[in-house]
Amino acid sequence: MIGTKEKEQLTETLSSFSKERESLIPLLQDVQTKLGYLPKEVMQEIANFLEMPGVEVWGVATFYNQFRFVPLGKHHIRVCMGTACHLAGGKLILEALERELEIKVGETSEDGGFSLERVACVGCCMLAPVMIIGDDIYPKMTPFKAEEALIPYKQESNQGSSSEEQAEER
Amino acid sequence: MNDISKIQNQAKSEWENLQSSTYILIGTATCGRAAGALSTLKALEEELLRRNIEVKIIQVGCMGLCYAEPLVVISKPDSFRVVYGNVTPEHVPRLVEGYIIGDDPCLELALGTLEGGEREAPYIPELPRFEHELRLVFRRCGYIDPVNINHYIANGGYSSLEKALRMRPEEIIEEVKNSGLRGRGGAGFPTGQKWEFCHKAEGKPKYVVCNADEGDPGAFMDRVVLESDPQQVIEGMIIGGYVIGAKQGYIYIRAEYPLAVERVKIALKQAEELGLLGDNILGSGFDFHIELAMGAGAFVSGEETALMEAVEGRMSTPKPRPPYPAQAGLWGKPTLLNNVKTFANIPLIIERGADWFSSIGTEGSKGTAVFTLAGKLNNKGLTEVPMGTTLREVVYDIGGGIPGDKPFKAVQIGGPSGGCIPAELLDTPIDYDSLRQAGSMMGSGGLIVMDEDNCMVDAARFFLDFSTKESCGKCTMCRLGTLQMLHILEDITAGRGEIEDMDLLLTLAEDVKAGSLCGLGRTAPNPVLTTMRYFQDEYEAHILEKKCPAKVCPELTAYYILPEKCERSCEHCVLTCPTEAIKGEKGEIKVIDQEKCVNCGTCMDVCPPEYDAVVKLSPVSLLPSEEPSEVK
Repeated sequence: MIGTKEKEQLTETLSSFSKERESLIPLLQDVQTKLGYLPKEVMQEIANFLEMPGVEVWGVATFYNQFRFVPLGKHHIRVCMGTACHLAGGKLILEALERELEIKVGETSEDGGFSLERVACVGCCMLAPVMIIGDDIYPKMTPFKAEEALIPYKQESNQGSSSEEQAEER
Repeated sequence: MNDISKIQNQAKSEWENLQSSTYILIGTATCGRAAGALSTLKALEEELLRRNIEVKIIQVGCMGLCYAEPLVVISKPDSFRVVYGNVTPEHVPRLVEGYIIGDDPCLELALGTLEGGEREAPYIPELPRFEHELRLVFRRCGYIDPVNINHYIANGGYSSLEKALRMRPEEIIEEVKNSGLRGRGGAGFPTGQKWEFCHKAEGKPKYVVCNADEGDPGAFMDRVVLESDPQQVIEGMIIGGYVIGAKQGYIYIRAEYPLAVERVKIALKQAEELGLLGDNILGSGFDFHIELAMGAGAFVSGEETALMEAVEGRMSTPKPRPPYPAQAGLWGKPTLLNNVKTFANIPLIIERGADWFSSIGTEGSKGTAVFTLAGKLNNKGLTEVPMGTTLREVVYDIGGGIPGDKPFKAVQIGGPSGGCIPAELLDTPIDYDSLRQAGSMMGSGGLIVMDEDNCMVDAARFFLDFSTKESCGKCTMCRLGTLQMLHILEDITAGRGEIEDMDLLLTLAEDVKAGSLCGLGRTAPNPVLTTMRYFQDEYEAHILEKKCPAKVCPELTAYYILPEKCERSCEHCVLTCPTEAIKGEKGEIKVIDQEKCVNCGTCMDVCPPEYDAVVKLSPVSLLPSEEPSEVK
């Protein structure tokens, strides 16, 4: 369920769009930028606003790769699976990350720390294979380098959760 | 009509002022950023601040030399311009001290100079690469500020629009037709003809759409054009709008290209501010507006009818043609839809004339071809060559050949719709018709080179996997036919293939081509068909010998530590193996447990080169049956 703050934000977003059908995709993009994903109730709100059946919104949203329906992890990792990256071993990078993070591609880890996505070409073919954590591009990866690159993020996550635990104990 | 000369004079004086000062160019397109250009930029700013020097730093797009990013150019009014490659923050103090403050051009860090003369660094236009290149669409990329319209205008921009507005639409159509320009999105439909159809089409309002939904994995030319010199595309669109009588244009651009989106937005705003876009353009009475429409990550949206469905807010599925978009496109109205580079060519044709343009290229393909060079190449990046340049020239003279002088195996052109062209066809000229004859296609311009370490069956499987995932599902053969083909290829790469599968693949390929509405399905079998045609032996090796000659397919390949080469006291592989598949105490020969091994290759990477003990074996039956650890 989304909170009241998000609901207000949604109402505000909706009011800046026209009720034409061509508003649908820009609206979904705008909402996803703000919320990080598309909760079902938000899609229903959009459907109500555009006066179309909810299933239409769901159909369009699930058609396009850009839209996601679960929240992303704190650190979102994208692995490039473009041609150049594939030929340079991109699949091995993805497998290494799945192994290290114990999630499959498309999933978010249970603690919400990481999410993993495969993307088709980010246009850095000369640096293949690449992965992107947040906005930082990691060029010329090997499975080993990819695992190493995770270490600081994992430490940060661990520290975060342990300090929270400590706070709770107090 | 308003005089454009005032705008031009202002732009020229700004440009001339810049040329009479010392300034720095730094490539901050996506490719430059990925290589660390923003850190270099920050270091430059800090160094200049620290030394209290006022020198303008201009963030430019991409010069096409992506292998040498981050790229920095220092321009001095009284000296020659120097291009520096691979500039990291550590190089910055030296460059500032040397060439900004002093007169030492730091040629040891330079790729070359932009003015001729006897020097220790090469004169860039004379490098072998540039002898083959002809930069038209890219002529300003990397040299002008993409978010300063005055740089564009000072370098000839918008003079074509002014000229076009004084011509009749029919005259422009004749000019474009005579130029021989064909669509740069890949299919190669004659542009002038398309413009004529749309000009003559009944129905109002009409629309202009620029297709910037560059989805081919391994292709990023349109991104570079939009990030480096977006105004030429806008100018081409305005001329298109004038010709067909449209008031509204859309640029449909991938959301995955945030920097291109940002730079195009600024470019549109600047064009509007100068009265080059909007109502009553240059006082001519012609109104034209451009809006951005953001793609949402569907490859099929690059197909023209599917793209328009997306702009209208629907699932991006293609429609049967006819009617063509020129007759019934966006909201059923006549729509002129062209690729980014097609529009970018228009101002040039208007400026220099159809005769000049048609003198470049081959009989059937005029002008230049733009390619991204990726894969196994020394000099990756972007190139623009006259049509008719051979693949060999592109791969060896421009791309600098293959690292380690390994033998060339194939070049893949046209992404998931294209094909793999083998060594014996390296002298094929690059033009629409020759590439089609070779079983590939021009496509949007991704060119990926493969060497002996790339498996052609795996490459075919990769492209088909992509097409299967991106099929919109409307046509049964595209949705299910490609999936069946993919399953067969997965079987072959996993060693479960039968020789009959080859015929089955060919039959299915023909059915998928015949049973699909749009280009995605009709061309999806191309990578499979070309690899089967030119690399049949590799398919047979996978099927009959259960062997992957390139040692790529994991099921057919095993890592093995040569006992005679293993140093024993070294534990690099043991400590780094992610699945703890390597056994052996310190002092013992290390052995890979094949059950646990996930074929990641880490052991091979970390084994010190002086031992070089890890090898790949294919077929897996080459593994010695006796465990060397028992030999002791």
